[in-house]
Amino acid sequence: MPRAKVNGVEIEFEGGMTVLQVAELAGEEIPRFCYHERLSIAGNCRMCLVEVRPGPPKPQASCALPAADGQEILTNSPMVQKARQGVMEFLLINHPLDCPICDQGGECDLQDQSIGYGRDETRYGENKRAVEEKQMGPLIKTVMTRCIQCTRCVRFITEVAGVPDIGLISRGEDVEITTYLGKAVASELSANVIDLCPVGALTSKPYAFNARPWELTKTQSVDVMDALGSAIRIDARGPAVLRILPRTNDAVNEEWISDKTRYACDGLARQRLDRPMVRQDGKLKPATWAEAFAAVAARIKAASPDRIGVIAGDLQDAESMKVALDLFRSLGVASLDCRQDGLTLGQGPRESWLFNSTIEGLEQADVILLVGANPRLEAPVLNARIRKLWLAGKTRIGVIGERADLTYGYDHLGAGPSSIAGLRDDGSDFAAALKAARRPAIIIGQGALTRPDSAAVLAAIAALGAAVGVVREGWNGWNVLHTAAARVAGLDLGFIPAAGGLNAAEMTARGALDVLVLLGADEIDLTGTDAFVVYLGTHGDAGAHRADVILPGAAYTEKNGLYANTEGRVQRGERAVFPKGEAKEDWSILRALSDHLGARLPYDTLEQLRSALFADHPTFGQIDYAPGSTPAALDLAGLGVAGAVAPTPFGSPVKVFHLTNPIARASVTMAECAAVASGLKLAAE
Amino acid sequence: MSVRRLAKDQPAAFEFTPEGLEKAAWWIAKFPAGRQQSAVIPLLWLVQKQEGWVPEPALRVVASLLSMPVIRVLEIATFYTMFQLSPVGTVAHIQLCGTTPCMLRGANALKGVLAARVCAKDHTSADGRFSWEEVECMGACANAPMAAINDYYYEDLTPEALEALLEAFAAGQTPGPGSAIGRQGAAPEGGALTLTDPTLYDGSRARPLGALPNTPAPGPAQ
Repeated sequence: MPRAKVNGVEIEFEGGMTVLQVAELAGEEIPRFCYHERLSIAGNCRMCLVEVRPGPPKPQASCALPAADGQEILTNSPMVQKARQGVMEFLLINHPLDCPICDQGGECDLQDQSIGYGRDETRYGENKRAVEEKQMGPLIKTVMTRCIQCTRCVRFITEVAGVPDIGLISRGEDVEITTYLGKAVASELSANVIDLCPVGALTSKPYAFNARPWELTKTQSVDVMDALGSAIRIDARGPAVLRILPRTNDAVNEEWISDKTRYACDGLARQRLDRPMVRQDGKLKPATWAEAFAAVAARIKAASPDRIGVIAGDLQDAESMKVALDLFRSLGVASLDCRQDGLTLGQGPRESWLFNSTIEGLEQADVILLVGANPRLEAPVLNARIRKLWLAGKTRIGVIGERADLTYGYDHLGAGPSSIAGLRDDGSDFAAALKAARRPAIIIGQGALTRPDSAAVLAAIAALGAAVGVVREGWNGWNVLHTAAARVAGLDLGFIPAAGGLNAAEMTARGALDVLVLLGADEIDLTGTDAFVVYLGTHGDAGAHRADVILPGAAYTEKNGLYANTEGRVQRGERAVFPKGEAKEDWSILRALSDHLGARLPYDTLEQLRSALFADHPTFGQIDYAPGSTPAALDLAGLGVAGAVAPTPFGSPVKVFHLTNPIARASVTMAECAAVASGLKLAAE
Repeated sequence: MSVRRLAKDQPAAFEFTPEGLEKAAWWIAKFPAGRQQSAVIPLLWLVQKQEGWVPEPALRVVASLLSMPVIRVLEIATFYTMFQLSPVGTVAHIQLCGTTPCMLRGANALKGVLAARVCAKDHTSADGRFSWEEVECMGACANAPMAAINDYYYEDLTPEALEALLEAFAAGQTPGPGSAIGRQGAAPEGGALTLTDPTLYDGSRARPLGALPNTPAPGPAQ
């Protein structure tokens, strides 16, 4: 390996690294604005100047200079110091001195680096440049006078998000970052440019003037807005969650999160259920916990177990589902279902409902077939990763389903399930590529698995998968892309109807049940049911409106909980704030209810509950382990039921990206985004 | 150079003429498949030839012709000063060079003429027929001062020559381009000053050539 000397210390590096990377390898911090590890190199801020020998007798931009064997790199010589001070002075010439009213204050790269390289006073006596205001939609607030033209936002939105809406117009001193005539940025990942912006030019609109970073309590947690389980940091002040930021997790979200993950948090403060309620004379009236429990217990005790049903929603933590499972199974209830969307999977081997290649492992796939999935809406961060593969040019992508703009090119192979079986021997170019692939992957979306004929669809996909060798020695490309954060944990727990039990759709039919318990289940049609509905959840959404008793629970920011993402990776969500009002953590509500039902559950603390969970379901003990990272065999022949498929084309279960769960539906920001995305509202309004 | 922004008043739509479309297709065909957006500058130039300037709807037309994001077209149109983003004079658009050589040779007087006879700098005359702007060096310094009017260079200008040009354009003529004092290209005023010895040209200084330079030495006989 080549070797270089960084400030006199010799270090080995891999060929192809830049001088900046080598210096970082040696532990030297290089200041930078435009350079970002996950974006292309622009080399236009000039802050990363270093001295290189042998080389020209002038400082070099280290981000764009390939390191060479035997090079000597000086990162803090007097020349470098002076050069960086010069660059900083130029950057500050047109930068306004408005740090006290700037939202970036306290977490601003320019502020931080001007401590190191800035002069104490300006030598510039002319007028500063001012830039017209821009509009970029409801999420991104712009103060473009602060912009230092690093073009990180342009590169992110063009390269990573694949929605080239932001550009750098004009030239010289007049350059400006803008969208085309104030159009809103139409990417599901747009708000990541706020994190990327090294200054206060692009800041968060919903969070504007809300807090300073040092006032916030930071809690590391995981996201529940989609089934990826992106790593997030919850910033809270007192009882309020003020913002959500991404954490780096290369295995899942790299360092991006979707706009929904980031901005649905204002929904945590609206429409909340903060006290128990019992329906009296047709109206929900506030009650005490004891009254609510008594009302529920009376109904459950009076009903026969086969007339009781439990449906778990999309945002439930594994613990509360475990408690519900233990409690109602002990009462003899067979009708439990965590699949309110009617998902076909749940029987058979665990691998059948997992994203087996793992999200990171998908990068090794050479051909990807998407069946009934629109990852751009269902998992935008995963979509960015597929786009990255496509950009690298090594992966070919085919789609059976709706012809949507996925931000990358693909072969459209058909709209409905009949194209699956047809693909096996239609002699097309893509079919040949799929057959010849060394690591083929099939991503099966919920659009394919939640149809009336999805057992037959599943069998068809499995047959195709078997024919092209999706599961082979050292590779398992059978990838189910879930949309609900709770789904995999529910299936792992066996939260599905036992023998003789009803599934979610059957439970909500008229006359099917006497008591229906909803654990945050809001995405199911409740108009038909005439059962006594107990709703344990957080928001006054569909479930709560129909409920006869409301037991207020905790949202994902308000409880410690385990979530299994679509890969089956179990991750720990941490409590950032306390539940609202009289609300309690979900597991403790069910635990208290078990007392009232005379079926006391054997755990009093979350630790005891988790021990029981880990004992009964060892997979939950493997925190942050993706089962697919050691490819397991999976017999595809056992999946689904061979049969006729309907000609109906596949559709994504996510119709409106910004409004998929009760928290997002309560969020004003998400409502505004949805209005802009659907064209009802212009960004400039 | 002023701040380059799209004009406030824009036409509702833009459409290439059939000939324009044909030329656009010719330009697009020059680039390999998937690289059509390389034709963006020629296409914008075609727009400007057709309309006299580049209106906003044309950016969208060009973007869709080349299947590229419209923001990229906007970036290019605002970057290059040769693209006029607001309407220019219908008869003549005068780009007067004001850079050092031209300034030393009297460009300031020409500016005075234009300001007095046409309109203020960077504006269009009241009747919409003339407009002028000051530009940076156009590379004709040997013939300073100069101006580019519409597509051609008019060189060695004096205030009087410029006024005559303006009158000719106003009368609907297109004066011939080049030097206003009648010299050929950038040749010296009043004829050649060097290489004037006639013996250079009558063959009297010719010498018989010995060996041709750079020819290989004769090899051994076969």
